[in-house]
Amino acid sequence: MLYNAFRLALHEIRRNVMRSLLTILGVVIGVAAVITMVTIGGGATVQVTEQIASLGTNLLIITPGQRMGMGQRAAAPPFEMDDVDAMGREIGAVAAIAPISSRPVTTIFGNANWSTTVMGTDNQYLKVGNWALEMGREFTDSELRAGGAVCILGATVRRELFGNQDALGSKIRLGKLSCQVIGSLHSKGQSTIGRDRDDAVLIPLRTFQRRLAGNQDIGLIQVSIQRGASTARAEQDIKELMRKRRHISASEDDDFTVMDLKDITKMLTGTTQVLTGLLGAVAAVSLLVGGIGIMNIMLVSVTERTREIGIRLAVGALEREVLTQFLVEAIVLSSFGGAAGVVLALVASVLAAKALSVPFVLNVGIVIVGFLFSVGVGVVFGYFPARKAARMDPIEALRHE
Amino acid sequence: MVADHEHSEPPLIRLEGVTKVYGTGEAATYALRGIDIRIGQGEFVAVMGSSGSGKSTCLNIVGCLDTPSSGSYLFRGTEVGKLTRNQRALLRRQYFGFVFQGYNLLSRTSALENVELPLIYRGVVRSKRRELAGKALAAVGLQGRETHSPAELSGGQQQRVAIARALVTEPDVLLADEPTGNLDTARSLEIMDLLTALNRDRGITIVIVTHENEMARYADRIINFVDGEVESDARHGEVA
Repeated sequence: MLYNAFRLALHEIRRNVMRSLLTILGVVIGVAAVITMVTIGGGATVQVTEQIASLGTNLLIITPGQRMGMGQRAAAPPFEMDDVDAMGREIGAVAAIAPISSRPVTTIFGNANWSTTVMGTDNQYLKVGNWALEMGREFTDSELRAGGAVCILGATVRRELFGNQDALGSKIRLGKLSCQVIGSLHSKGQSTIGRDRDDAVLIPLRTFQRRLAGNQDIGLIQVSIQRGASTARAEQDIKELMRKRRHISASEDDDFTVMDLKDITKMLTGTTQVLTGLLGAVAAVSLLVGGIGIMNIMLVSVTERTREIGIRLAVGALEREVLTQFLVEAIVLSSFGGAAGVVLALVASVLAAKALSVPFVLNVGIVIVGFLFSVGVGVVFGYFPARKAARMDPIEALRHE
Repeated sequence: MVADHEHSEPPLIRLEGVTKVYGTGEAATYALRGIDIRIGQGEFVAVMGSSGSGKSTCLNIVGCLDTPSSGSYLFRGTEVGKLTRNQRALLRRQYFGFVFQGYNLLSRTSALENVELPLIYRGVVRSKRRELAGKALAAVGLQGRETHSPAELSGGQQQRVAIARALVTEPDVLLADEPTGNLDTARSLEIMDLLTALNRDRGITIVIVTHENEMARYADRIINFVDGEVESDARHGEVA
């Protein structure tokens, strides 16, 4: 019976090739969209995870204020150099501590200018962030102490201002501050959130505070923990120390945040996953619409074939057999749509992954789910028209013109 | 002759006080107003009457396509009115062959596949279906037309395909509603000869609905319907 229903379905689909193609188009697009979204989202998640892992897993970032949620934070006093020194003295297992203050700035060299971020820090920054000098040298102690007008360029800034020219020794302007280039950094490329990590200029912290900011503030502190030591332990120690230093009573919350890079990984992958889910859900709606398209055409088909149904019932077809016939037809249609959608999705995913420079990670699970979903769409949206066919009165159906 | 009606064996078809009402209340219209008919195995019966006299409704009830509103219809001793839709479908599948006025063949489907249709629902395997359908088409004189679709066949040929479809299951009863309604006289007489031969040679019980005396003459017995009631019921040669 099932085999016959299947053959009949193929026969019926061949009879109306164009209509069948248009009918399944909705399901094709729906399945393709769901699979593509989830595949690209999965690729993005993998990319985020890999990039953060390349930074090292033992980095703590301390910022003033408490995170309120995505990107929001409550206002709180900034850090001071004393805080950094205290951490260096009192926290065990610290490999390096870098104080950082930054602000946007326009850099000018000759006719070239480039908007970037200037960061006041010290040589520890290079150690914490695994930065290597491509050319030149680090800051000297006297430059750091006295606030010398010197800078180290990120790869992007060097390229934008100097192109292929030698930058060492040249004087560039950072807003109102003129300073000499003493080095440049190796390129690291984009960060996980799409920020160009090479797009920055480093100057001594003291220089930043005196000549650009006009205060003694420190925006954030990066601490790298010695390999093998517990970052959780260090995080706890830092919290206790900072609470004491910032006079926070036991009943109050922290007014600063210590973030483990692992937490950031989790947060970012969480964000990508939520986005992936959201896009997938939107795509699933289109699959639903595709299902309604199938139902629509099946209803038309049932009406068109009323006499056929009447004949089948008259020669002794059971309700169940007529139901099966039309249900199988809907399922075959939607499965074709699903299969075509899978193929389309694989092609689209490879192309989109290339275009978005995200790794292509084949998610067999979602391919299977997508296909099964299309079959399910056939069952759900085919059932109503099929039932309508099965419940017809044979006499009325035979009289139908 | 009368004794034949009171045969000891229960008749194949027994309608008693059968009514059929469409609609309810004041809008109710009676298609059948209490009819009693018995038809025995091997009879060739013509049901006559003007349109609206209830003859088609009667045929649909006999063929288990419809059920009486009241009264009793026993087919082989089974009360059809008490059966479910599916049980009636099983009866049709097992015992009845239908020939309709409008042929009612599946369009864009070959003659052979049309004739195969009832066999599919009987669960006959494909090769056997082909064989039986081929034989049935040959029996109605359509060998060589197996692959033609209804659109490629004349009206008379289409009706022969329909008859072949009704015969292929070797039914006990063949029901034909105006089988010659769309055909010219020559084709009509051919079809009637074919039916007569089937009745005579295979012993198939045949009930046809017609309004043409010429066609009714082929039957052994003529039942006349007027306004939902049996006006006369006469065997061949008897005076109505």
